[in-house]
Order: sequence, then C-alpha cells, then structure tokens
Amino acid sequence: MVATPQRRFLFRRPSVIPGFGLTFGYALTCLSLIVLLPLAALVAKASGLGLDGIWEVARDPRVASALRISFGVSLAAALTASVFGFVVAWVLTRYRFPGRKVVDAAVDLPFALPTAVAGIALASLYAPNGLIGAQLAKVGIQAAYTPLGIFIAMVFIGLPFAVRTVQPLIAEIDKEVEEASATLGATRGMTLVRVVLPPLVPAVLTGFALAFARGVGEYGSIIFIAGNLPYVSEIAPLLIVIKLSEFDYAGAAAIATIMLGISFLTLLAINLIQAWSRRRFGYV
Amino acid sequence: MLHDFHLDVRAGELLGLLGPSGSGKTTLLRIIAGLDFPDRGRVLFGGDDATGLPVQQRAVGFVFQHYALFKHMSVADNIAYGLNARKRSERPGRAEIRRRVGDLLDLIKLSGFADRYPSQLSGGQRQRIALARALAVEPRVLLLDEPFGALDAQVRKDLRRWLREIHDRTGQTTIFVTHDQDEALELSDRVAVLDKGRLEQVGTPDEVQDRPASATVLKFLGDSIELEALAEGGRVLVDGRPTPVAAPRGVIGPTRLHVRPWQLQFVEPAEAHLTGTVRASHRSQGRQRIEVERPDGRLVVVEDFDGERYAAGRPVGLRINGGYVFAG
Repeated sequence: MVATPQRRFLFRRPSVIPGFGLTFGYALTCLSLIVLLPLAALVAKASGLGLDGIWEVARDPRVASALRISFGVSLAAALTASVFGFVVAWVLTRYRFPGRKVVDAAVDLPFALPTAVAGIALASLYAPNGLIGAQLAKVGIQAAYTPLGIFIAMVFIGLPFAVRTVQPLIAEIDKEVEEASATLGATRGMTLVRVVLPPLVPAVLTGFALAFARGVGEYGSIIFIAGNLPYVSEIAPLLIVIKLSEFDYAGAAAIATIMLGISFLTLLAINLIQAWSRRRFGYV
Repeated sequence: MLHDFHLDVRAGELLGLLGPSGSGKTTLLRIIAGLDFPDRGRVLFGGDDATGLPVQQRAVGFVFQHYALFKHMSVADNIAYGLNARKRSERPGRAEIRRRVGDLLDLIKLSGFADRYPSQLSGGQRQRIALARALAVEPRVLLLDEPFGALDAQVRKDLRRWLREIHDRTGQTTIFVTHDQDEALELSDRVAVLDKGRLEQVGTPDEVQDRPASATVLKFLGDSIELEALAEGGRVLVDGRPTPVAAPRGVIGPTRLHVRPWQLQFVEPAEAHLTGTVRASHRSQGRQRIEVERPDGRLVVVEDFDGERYAAGRPVGLRINGGYVFAG
C-alpha cells in the first residue's frame, strides 16, 4: 500500500518529461548572468547616492524633463504603433493581394536595421529640407529636432512588435464566428467591435507593452532626429550618456535606476490589465 | 457545385438534407442563409424573394457544426446577442431580453448556466446554447449544418431526440444537413437526398426507403448488394429463378437487382437464388451479420435475427425476398 501525502509542497511535480534539473539550472544561470546581475550592479551603483541622492537627481529640472519626454512620448508612440500595427497585421492576414509577402517581410526591417542607420534616414527625411520635412514645413509643422521627431522614430521601431504580436491571433479568427454574428442580424461594424476585436485585446496589449518598452530604451535612432535640445527634445537615455561622458557614474546610474523603476511599474500595470483581460475574454 | 433544381420546404416541417460529403448539401444550406451566393436561381421565403437580401436581413437561425459560440461572452450574452444586435427601435427592453434568455435556457434545459462561459461547457451543452442563440431571434427558418457531427455517439442520440422534441413544441420550420442516414431518417418529416449537386429525391423517410428514386439513393440509405438479373414477363429472375420483385415498366432483358441485407433469407441450396459458404459472422444488438462468399469470390452480407449460428465454412443457400430494380 502506498500512503498518499497530504498535499505536500513539491518544488517539482512528477512528470515524464526529463531534464527539468538541467534546463531549470541553465535558465536560471543565464537569466542571472545576463539580466539580473547587470541590473543589480546598476542599483548598487546608484545606491551609493542614497535614496535622497536619487531623489535629488530626479528633481533636477533637466532630468525630470528628459524623463517626462522619454516616458510621455513612448506612451504616445506605443499607442500609435499599436493602432497602425493592428491595421497592418489585419490587412496582411485577412486579405490576399499582390506583394503581400514583400510587405510582410518589410515589417521586420526596423528589427534588423542598425538603429543609427534608421535614425539618420529618418532625420534626413524629416529635416526641414528633407523630402517629407519640406512638405510639413509648408503647413507649419516641424518634425525634426522636436518631440514629434522622437515620436516618429519611436513609432518606427515599435511597429514590428505591434504587428507581430497580433498577427497570429488575427489569423486564428474563426470565420464561422463572424458568420454566426451576421446570421443573428449584426452589421459588419458590430461584428467587428463585439465579436472579432475583444479576443484580440490581450495580444494588442502585449504588442503595446513591447513597443513601449522598446521606445523607452531606444537611443540610436532617436538622437539624430531629436536635436537633443535640453528641456525640449532630450531623452533620458541620452542624458545618461552625457552624465557618463562627464564621469558622473553615480548620476547616470541614478537616472537609469529611476527609469528602471518606472518601466517596471508600467510593465507590471500592463501585465495586470492583460491578466484581467485574458480572464475576461475566456483564455483562462 | 449545385445543379438546377427546385426544393419546396413546407412551413413548420423538419427537413433533412442528406448526402455524402461533397454532394452540395452544406452549400445549399449556406445559399438559403445568404452566406454563399448562387450563380443563378432564387431563394424564396414564403413567396418573398430573399435572393438579394443580405444575410443580416434574411431572419434565419444558423447553427454550425463546431458551435461558433462567442468565447468571450457568457452563455446569457451569447443567447441575447441577436436581440441586442437589433436596431434600437426594434430591440426589446433589458428585462424582456433577460426573460427571453431565461425561457430559452429552460427550453434547452440549461437553466443554471447563464453566467458560465462556453469553455466551461461540454460539446453537447455548447451545441444546445448555439441552438438557443439561433432561436432567440425568432427566425423564419432554422438552419442546422451537421449539428451533431462533432459529438460522440451517445450525446448525438440524446440530442437527436431532444431536437425533435423542441421542434414539435415550437413548430419552427427547420432544415438540417447531415451525412448520417440514420439521423436523417429518424429526425426528419421529409428527407431530401442530394448527390453530386443534384437533388435525387425528396420524400418522407418511408417513401425514400420503400421507393428509392435511384440506385444512388438506395446505396446511400444503407448497405445493399447488386446482382445481375433478368427482367421477363414483369418479373425479375436471378439465376433463372423468379424472385418476388416486380420489374418496373419498360425494363426488359438483362438488368441489375439491388438487395438489402435483410431481404436475403437462408434456405436449402435446392430452392436458393444464390449459394455460397459462410466466411464470418458478427453479432451486435440482437442481430447478426453473416458474410457469405459466393462461388465467384464475391461477398454477400446477410442480416438476420441473432438465432441460429453460422460457422465459417458452412455451405448455405440464399433466397431473395425483395429488392429494387431501376429503369435506365
């Protein structure tokens, strides 16, 4: 006879799949070395200033303004990228047209392009004498060297994330569900809003979170188009580089730690919304 | 692919569209619903031409084989969907919608399930929800596309009986598609048999079984064997011996006789139409099926009550008690 223990805590549930010890150890080691250790070092460096010191750095008007620009513009850009990305994914998945494969491949280009190249290309396009910049200048809009330029660059690099996260889910939409909605008398618009879109919300949120995170951390493609005017178009990562070149390592680490904190809270919030929406839309 | 034909569906009847896969039965159903479009021809509802109407305005209820429920909505929201989709001026009030949903949940015997989600239900329960959702809009005609196709055998049988009950209670004009002849024959008031896009026969289950219009219909409605026969003097002869089958008018000379397994009877070889040796026999539910190998090597399946056992290798004779001959 075998006695069954009373719901004993098990670190590892019995399974026929081998290799748990090896893979778990490997995963933990890699995560520690590549992600956790550098972040810990960052926090350790910043802690040299103490909480007061970090607070002091955050209250510096130039730093505060750079943080506001970084997070504010990232948010706006991620929102825009999510909307555009959704439309692009929709068109690429739902319709067949000549050149679809080419467009589909082009979506990944911002992933592959060195960010500095993208930045220079964008800057020359949107500069007041550039192809698009000249047209915008006619209607009185200046894109380059303003937050609008930062926004454009961030949408550019965030778009692939938004597209690639929703694309597989759009492909999975069951045609019969849409037909069922139509036979019940729903218009196309109502079918879209009440039947097709709700199940896609979690994926759209994931894409949004990724685009946002990428935007906050982006450096290379932005600095060329941003103009980097303090208080106007200076982003926090650039400020970190400036601090580093002034040998103010503690100050750089402090800004980085603040960014880390805000990013962490934002992603946590997005993840909570996502968990809620998954439950809400029946993906338990 | 559908060929030209005319099919009348009577108000309040339960019509089964029966046919092998690829026979066009689902296409026909989807054309009636407005989900597919015919190259020519018309769809009339009670005399009104619905051919040009979009699916939203046809007032049909459609039930899909794989339920097509809205996964992110509760059972109650699924059922209320069609009512909520109506224009504000035609939409019933909130309390009225809740009452109708409650009534429909009672009808499908899932009263306590209003707040569940489809992922928490079994296949049979989901299909009942799908039916309630289709009935909620009070459709002019209810269309069911292989409604029990994705369910296991026992649930299928229960749902079949239950659908018949619902139909008897509501009198809802219903067309359902199936490739399962038992399902069609048990459930339908009338059966329409389709094959390769042609309407082969329409009739009550008795009519299509007793008087199949063609060999295709006969073969599709169950097992049969085909024998070379001779039509002479209004009788059909097999192996020179007269059978009880009358030859249809105009059929003279060599022809083909189709015989059901239960129209064959074991007899002494001297008075048999066919002879052979038993190769195997299987018992199931009080009946037995005996495979008899004829001298030319062809197999004949005989169906009999589960009485006398037939051992393999035993020589037997078979008498033909009935059968079908088709002109042309």
